[in-house]
Amino acid sequence: MHDAIVVKDLSKKFQIGKYRSQNMLREALVNMVRNIVRKRRANENIIWALKEVSMSVQKGEIVGIIGRNGAGKSTLLKVLSKIIYPTSGSIAVQGKIGSLLEVGTGFHDELSGLENVYLNGSILGMTKKEINSKLDEIIAFADVERFIDTPIKHYSSGMRLRLGFAVAAHLDTDILLVDEILSVGDVGFQRRCTDKISNLRDGGRTIIYVSHQMASVENLCSRVIWIDEGRIREDGSTKEVIKHYMATFAGVPEKGFDLREVKNRIGNGWIKYTGIELLNMERRPTDVIQSGDSLVVRLYYHAEKQVNNNITFSILFYTDLGLLLTSVDSLFSGHEISMLPEGDGYVEVEINSLYLMPSRYYLSLWLDNAGGIIYDCLERIIKLDVEESDFYGSGFGIAKKHGLMFMPYKWNLDGLNKKPG
Amino acid sequence: MKIIEWLEELWSYRELFYFLVWRDIIVRYKQTVLGATWVVIQPFGSMIVFTVLFGELAKMPSDGVPYAVFSFAALVPWSYFASSIGRSGNSLVGNAHLITKVYFPRIALVASSTLSGLLDYGISFLVLLGLMHYFGIQLGWKILLWPLLTIVLVLLSFGVGLILSSLNVKYRDIGHTIPFAMQLWFFATPIIYPTSIIPENYRGLASLNPMWAIIDGFRFAILPSRQADWQQLSISLAFTLLLLVIGLIYFRNTERDFADIL
Repeated sequence: MHDAIVVKDLSKKFQIGKYRSQNMLREALVNMVRNIVRKRRANENIIWALKEVSMSVQKGEIVGIIGRNGAGKSTLLKVLSKIIYPTSGSIAVQGKIGSLLEVGTGFHDELSGLENVYLNGSILGMTKKEINSKLDEIIAFADVERFIDTPIKHYSSGMRLRLGFAVAAHLDTDILLVDEILSVGDVGFQRRCTDKISNLRDGGRTIIYVSHQMASVENLCSRVIWIDEGRIREDGSTKEVIKHYMATFAGVPEKGFDLREVKNRIGNGWIKYTGIELLNMERRPTDVIQSGDSLVVRLYYHAEKQVNNNITFSILFYTDLGLLLTSVDSLFSGHEISMLPEGDGYVEVEINSLYLMPSRYYLSLWLDNAGGIIYDCLERIIKLDVEESDFYGSGFGIAKKHGLMFMPYKWNLDGLNKKPG
Repeated sequence: MKIIEWLEELWSYRELFYFLVWRDIIVRYKQTVLGATWVVIQPFGSMIVFTVLFGELAKMPSDGVPYAVFSFAALVPWSYFASSIGRSGNSLVGNAHLITKVYFPRIALVASSTLSGLLDYGISFLVLLGLMHYFGIQLGWKILLWPLLTIVLVLLSFGVGLILSSLNVKYRDIGHTIPFAMQLWFFATPIIYPTSIIPENYRGLASLNPMWAIIDGFRFAILPSRQADWQQLSISLAFTLLLLVIGLIYFRNTERDFADIL
């Protein structure tokens, strides 16, 4: 097979703070004198953003690159794009590279939409002829025909984004390096973008796609490289690598689940929560869960003495903005606990499917009775991150902007092109 | 990268280069109410102030032509030079968002800042011709020197711009120093005064300033009574080429770190 990109032992070193402190000529001069007087410590604040990365990408392949923030994904993309130079190692590229690290690079507020199409296009590496021939398509794709001669300072952010993406989507190089730009725009626009990338793939383009959104990676890529702390942790089939990657999110330190030492609580203390565990589908501790997955919450408690009253365990879900979304309540679901003996114990609640949008949520824990006695209450004591998933199996992730929650549903399209009745 | 490969790469990015020049010009003219007239007002205004101050009040000698023409003939190239240096000196820092997001030969930013001033320069030159016509000064064959000197002027601006722009990436206080340095340079160059008022034994010192002979050359090119100082002009030309080579080498050696620092 033909290799489009071959990377060997690629390393990139950053010196954090060094340039900061010498950003001024006068400081550099002062430091120079100082360094003659006393020898400077070497290896100060060095960070290896990439360490001995070797990989090859074949012609026509779409490779996803995943990893946590700061793992080195963007650095890898920038080195491949020649934006930054590697400290060591080599890159061999067959064909012309285009990189899309940002939508609307070089857009200028004072210029009209049309002028910006030419400017942005040429910055991305398109020729004037190429832009001319695709101009109508680009403008139609961006859906800004009426405003094409208006300076883009009057554009809404959505229009800017669409225009930027429209140009980017028409970049037609042999190799495309794409950084997470699919995550912009509304659903309809996202769909056109994904279609566009699929088209490029079918047209034999080689694409390297960096993203946090597992749903789009899963949909677009046949192979995934997982970068962790500047090194390749895993390189293999999409499903396998994503599964292993997601698994690392589980297992938050046990101390985080220990509620005994929490001072900020109200209630009479007859019964107290001593711990909480969030378990994923495989009943492993986690604090990240995918939209639509099941979630088991296990609550540990300690009763100071025997309590004879209707005891209610409840968990309240709040959005990251503090809005109460929903509650999971033992009494309302029909469990009357009339007596709790002295000592320790736990209860578990299983939520079959978490119909929450990808976001961060906070959970409050209550222990009270129907008569208004609060035994224990811990407000927003634990966080729960819900990650995007391809719940409907359509290739489209479920995104926060579509609302606060989602529902399982089915469309029936049998009636398309049929007269009712 | 070998020089040939580098030139090939530059050639392949020629359209981007064209668009950068185009952007610089359009944006500059769109942002001001007066548009293109602003370009002329600046040197023209300076000329009037200088004419009143130095020509009328201080009775500065002006090589036998009206002081207005004498000073404007120098102000046109100087304005180009000063604005080019100001623009190109900040071209890398000012376009950091491009440098960190997309690859292209970085030198295009400096080169486009240097060239985009040529339109202003051309317009000012036409005004100069108008002014000469007004004062009844005839153009001679020497005007042919004007385009040649313009090339030297552009090369010098480019060389200095290359050095300052890459220094500015590393040492951000360079950017603040440029306007002040240009002001000093202005007075070290025969713009408001003729070279003749500088005593013979200090002329050697003047050769250290490549702009000295270039500005003087521009005067020679249009003012009938002036003699050219070919010796100084060749020193100046050599100096210009030296700065250009140093600039290119320094730029090539530092450009790979730009995106890391910016």
